Amino acid sequence: MTFRTPLDDACALHRPFGGRISNPREIARQLALSRREFLRSAAGVAVGSTLLHGGTLLAAGPQSKRKVVVITFGGGARDQETFAPEGQANIPNLMRELIPQSAFFTQVINRGILGHYVATASLATGTYETVNNFASLPPESPTVFEYFRKQLKRPASDAWVVAPSNGFNRIGESNHRSFGVGTGARVILPKYLLSAATSGSTDYGHLLRDSYETPLYAPELGGSKFELDQMEGILKLSVDDFKANARNLASPDELSVYVVRRLMQQLAPSLLWVTMHDIDIAHAGAYSLYIEGIRRSDRLCAELWKVIQSEPEYRGKTTMFILPDFGRDADDDSGGNGFQHHRTGDALSRTTWMMALGAGIREGVVFDQPVETIDLVPTLGALMGFSATFSRGKPISALL
Amino acid sequence: MVPADLKSESFHGYAPEAQKLAVEYLGALRRLPLAFLSGLLREIIDYDFRFPAERKTIERELSNLNSLSAAQTKDWFEGFAEVQLSSKLEQFDWVNAPAQFLEQLSAHLWTTHQLDRFRAAALAYAERLREAVPPEAPVVPRLGIAVIGAGADAAPEPLFRKLRSHGAYFTNVQPENGMSDLLEAIAARANAHPLPYGHWYIDGGQELPHPSGITCVSYQGLEPARTALLRRIQQETKKAGMGPEALRTIMAQMQPVDLGMSASEDPVLDRFKTKVLTEGSGTQIFSTSFAQWTAREAWRRAQPVTVLVRFAPRQRQKPMNELLLPNSQSPELDPVGSLMDADMGAYYNWLNQQRLSGSTQSMFIAWFENHNEAVAISPLLPRGTESSAAAKLPQLLSWMS
Repeated sequence: MTFRTPLDDACALHRPFGGRISNPREIARQLALSRREFLRSAAGVAVGSTLLHGGTLLAAGPQSKRKVVVITFGGGARDQETFAPEGQANIPNLMRELIPQSAFFTQVINRGILGHYVATASLATGTYETVNNFASLPPESPTVFEYFRKQLKRPASDAWVVAPSNGFNRIGESNHRSFGVGTGARVILPKYLLSAATSGSTDYGHLLRDSYETPLYAPELGGSKFELDQMEGILKLSVDDFKANARNLASPDELSVYVVRRLMQQLAPSLLWVTMHDIDIAHAGAYSLYIEGIRRSDRLCAELWKVIQSEPEYRGKTTMFILPDFGRDADDDSGGNGFQHHRTGDALSRTTWMMALGAGIREGVVFDQPVETIDLVPTLGALMGFSATFSRGKPISALL
Repeated sequence: MVPADLKSESFHGYAPEAQKLAVEYLGALRRLPLAFLSGLLREIIDYDFRFPAERKTIERELSNLNSLSAAQTKDWFEGFAEVQLSSKLEQFDWVNAPAQFLEQLSAHLWTTHQLDRFRAAALAYAERLREAVPPEAPVVPRLGIAVIGAGADAAPEPLFRKLRSHGAYFTNVQPENGMSDLLEAIAARANAHPLPYGHWYIDGGQELPHPSGITCVSYQGLEPARTALLRRIQQETKKAGMGPEALRTIMAQMQPVDLGMSASEDPVLDRFKTKVLTEGSGTQIFSTSFAQWTAREAWRRAQPVTVLVRFAPRQRQKPMNELLLPNSQSPELDPVGSLMDADMGAYYNWLNQQRLSGSTQSMFIAWFENHNEAVAISPLLPRGTESSAAAKLPQLLSWMS
């Protein structure tokens, strides 16, 4: 049996336990307003919709030199564990360091399927994809990487994805007939690299965790000679060096960030997409591990921003976007089980946020107007100089 | 096949009591849109193995459906009738496999962007049903108890933050004999109000001695079943073509005997335990997830008047592949992480209790085991207050009722 959704608890949708009727649009709006208030009080940022001429607009430099880094704050996190007053302790780096430098969007709606692979594919294509969330399939619509490379005539080395392993190996390019094989981004799956490098050594098990979205289905990782070739040829890393560095890392997302840093140093791609995933341990139901994941993602986002500032190829010409693929179920939605899943499709799980910072971005402003997750790709197109022809989203005018 | 084609013979595959019930309400079932009916059939097909409260709920719902005129039925189910189904779904054997049908229906709703519409219809129906057939009040105000933090010396962060605003926070609880006092308290309630599956004791570790009349489920008690399940998962995932969805389908079809449970005198409870392990996420590997989900399902399904849930330390996080390996060795524990898990679990336990009838009169207490902190919620206790009065748990309970 094959289908294309998050693994629903059928009860969640069909037989609500208790339950109440709410207007999703109103919940999303209230959520956005709350986020603005939280940010205003805690991070001291202005309200963009009324202060469009406030804040400092950072120079973008020539479009042809511009670089973009997209980080999906993977696994989804809720406001109460992040931007709400009781959650802000979990994201000190976002709150104190990154948000004051960013344009922050409080109401980013995902109207698609809330499964991580399919939602990330939707983000990367600018259309709501319906590919099987758990199968190794390419997106059906062209990806941002294909638009970028074809229209700007960029080489394969200029667009990269670093992603968790479960199914994301096909995220780099679509099967759309307008684009051919090998016209998208190259994809690195750090866990496959490590698996290949360590030949399954148990010393690295903590970096090889997988399949949080389906906690009971943990397929064996299949690192191979291809991955080892990637490591030595592209990252310029010996197996021994890679293993030695990996030994000091605490989680798969840390491993991803380590690989991203090497990529930036070795190839300096102009379009770099990083998908984080640690937070999704929440599916196993352990709240403390979910919180640990949020805190780690917060730290890693700040680390990546520091890398951007420290690398000459990136400093001053890079725009960084951070956004979750979607949220998680609300505590008061009787169809779900709170933070554990994203199965109900309620307003909280569909309403997320996005921050943009760096070159060409007005810093320290908050925008309340609703945008959609599929608006990211056409926005990137407008910033970098390509047209996302098949995207269903719209460029976000506040960023242009 | 469409619902209007249903006949008595359609239900020959059902267990005896489920079959009788479906045939009795055949006329009502025929009038329902398939998008709704499949959910109802999922309840009916397991009728023989459902708790008394669930049975009563199904019967009352069917009786209400039977009483609706054709025009009323159309009005009530307009939202469901608007859901567009595929021909593949309509051809599915939804009578005999409603749960599998629902999985496919869910997939269809997501991919065709009809989820929001369906969700709105489901919530509107639930609200309307609640008005037409109000849930019965409990015979005695419900009492929920959550005991958290076994094995933890101290809390890394303040506890009960989400619960405190709803009740009184006590900082000088005398912890001696706390668990046995609480077990005695629920035993007294069970004696005073003997109800089948009305009083539960759920333990995330090894269950403590408890009197009869209390329904008990424990993580340790289900260790053989969990091991059998993990072994089966290992076998299944090695099969060619296996994926998470197929695995989930296989697990949803498992019976107690598949987990090595021998036939007991309580097939209803055995089926409940099986579903906790096969349908819960993380219940097989983390005792805190097990305790939280078991308590949730007990509240939701059995609608008891008393639930005592005790959280025990879960194993420390390891790679998922290792967590899923059946292991005879004692795992390394994470008492502090488990305390945080359980703190949230206690809050969820209260939320789930409050979803049942009589919520304005219900009582709840959460206690940091062997420590001095507790929060007590009751209509008789002032909300958002703090007390440093020295008190034992029985005294706290007495102030609540």
